[in-house]
Amino acid sequence: MGALVVRRAARAAAALLGVALVVFVLLHLSGDPSYILLPPEASAADRATFRQQYGLDRPLPLQFVAYLGKAVRGDFGQSFSFQIPALQVVLQRLPATLELTIAAMAIALVVAIPAAVLAATRRGTRYDRALMGVVLLGQSVPTFWLGMMMILLLAVRLHWLPVSGRGSWAHLVMPSIALALWLMALLARVTRSEMLEVLAQDYVRTARAKGITELGVTGWHALRNALLPVVTVVGLQLGGLIGGAVMTETVFAWPGVGTLILDAIMKKDYPVVLAGVIIVAVAFIVVNLVLDLLYGVLDPRLRRA
Amino acid sequence: MTPSAFPDVREPSRLSTASPPAVEPVLTPAAEAEAVSGSAPWWRPVRRFVGVDAGGAGLGLLILGAVVGAGLLAPWIAPHGFDDQDLAAMLQPPVWIGGTWTNPLGTDSLGRDLLSRILYGARTSLVLALGAVAIAAAFGVVMGLVSGWVGGRLDAVVTSVVEVQLSLPYLLFAIAFMALLEPGLLNLVIVLVLRSWVVYARLVRVAVLSMKEREFVTVAVALGAGDGRILLRHILPNVVAPVLVVSSFQLAELIIVESSLSFLGLGVQPPMPSWGSMLSQGREYISSAWWLVTFPGLAIILTVLGANLAGDAVRDLMDPRLRGLGRARTREAGR
Repeated sequence: MGALVVRRAARAAAALLGVALVVFVLLHLSGDPSYILLPPEASAADRATFRQQYGLDRPLPLQFVAYLGKAVRGDFGQSFSFQIPALQVVLQRLPATLELTIAAMAIALVVAIPAAVLAATRRGTRYDRALMGVVLLGQSVPTFWLGMMMILLLAVRLHWLPVSGRGSWAHLVMPSIALALWLMALLARVTRSEMLEVLAQDYVRTARAKGITELGVTGWHALRNALLPVVTVVGLQLGGLIGGAVMTETVFAWPGVGTLILDAIMKKDYPVVLAGVIIVAVAFIVVNLVLDLLYGVLDPRLRRA
Repeated sequence: MTPSAFPDVREPSRLSTASPPAVEPVLTPAAEAEAVSGSAPWWRPVRRFVGVDAGGAGLGLLILGAVVGAGLLAPWIAPHGFDDQDLAAMLQPPVWIGGTWTNPLGTDSLGRDLLSRILYGARTSLVLALGAVAIAAAFGVVMGLVSGWVGGRLDAVVTSVVEVQLSLPYLLFAIAFMALLEPGLLNLVIVLVLRSWVVYARLVRVAVLSMKEREFVTVAVALGAGDGRILLRHILPNVVAPVLVVSSFQLAELIIVESSLSFLGLGVQPPMPSWGSMLSQGREYISSAWWLVTFPGLAIILTVLGANLAGDAVRDLMDPRLRGLGRARTREAGR
């Protein structure tokens, strides 16, 4: 287990360094911020002062090392447009994104797993086929389009829910469902196929032979074992969830990190873009690390590997 | 003597296509019972053709074929050009709710015909996605073959690049990449290729590792075949099937990624028609012109659905043993 933790942590650290490097290089390929932030009539001297002020006049590797050193201490520089620390700007928006993704994850889990278990126990029936049809459709619908269709129907036509923004519970309904659908489809698909595999195992037959109720067999003996691969898939798909969150936030004008990063990109507010991408990537990598380790908890065999 | 003088040596691996399934499509137990009892209803041939019993396999290819056809024939079947403005006919509704046959699906805010733009949009989406899948497959397969075969430091580098990339939220980086560099077609293709090559590299590398120690490879080595010959003649044919399956799912994935980026204004740039950018333009008129945000989305769904179904079809056709290789495991990011 110890070796596993070290190996996973090393990989996570490498990923973090990769994130910082990629974003840093991209930002500097994209042009000189002094041309965006200073008025066009600014003199060459003004520009030089500006570059010096933000450390943009030093060699790139030095800028990167200096940046990393500060970033580790939580200093991502001042936001060009907000004039407050970039990290603070990002952290203000983080709760909104967390709220959205956690709600979506919860909806997906609560709907998909029972539906998939039901389908697996009724394999080949109309219910099973209908669910697989929904799954296929769910994996083919772009999140942002689903969001717009919900706005069109539930907000514009029926006036049941607010069009966009964040505030009451009603605001959360459409964005979280739109974001959840694709994950729901994926979870249902994986859970169903894992359940089918597990239900064919000898120990399930034994459990049945012992006279345990069908609910006990599927819910306790089978589901617990089927959920292991589901955890892996959830981990692998977190990136998709974050991408989906960016799209969902855009469609619903949800004031999260996704919309913040897009705004900052448009304004060329580099410190905020860097801080935003890195914070999201850190969250993503940490959650993945936790899931990796959780896997060891769920399956004691892996602790010895 | 060359190794190819022993065709039998190329034993079918776990991933090979060497044992094609029977021509008869896969039947579900219910369909089998039906066939045996001889009481097949009249719609059976129809169902078999569209492949309802085999998971919609034929239907997928049919849809994909239709979309490709629409894209290819766009200049001839579209009623108008994709950029023909008619300011006298702005925001016309579709024909069945008061529009005219001149613009069957209505028009946008510049009076451009929605149906024509959707047909031309099929070109854009398919050319970009197919092109990117082909480049990614070629590059990823080569990387996978070489890194699996050569091993050592090269393999370590390729593997860690793949791992780091897979451990990042892709769409976030695609957005950053497109926004910070010029949002042009070349950069868009690069971003799409970056999404997919890792999937191929990983798949092929694992396949090579599993084949490396097998007898047919050992024999080829013993008979003096060079590295290139072994990789191309003995190992590559065995990864064609899974690569085709993955390509179908990657096509679906990249169409969604492209439309997402175009929706954000970071993908295909006007006046080139793209389903994603059409949706983003239509968004401003969501309360007055619902057709603008509806039909381009349906076009995306139909195409992605076709590609997903076709992926299932190719998988079942090529090798029933590949069934574990579903969308679930090949799609990793990008909504």
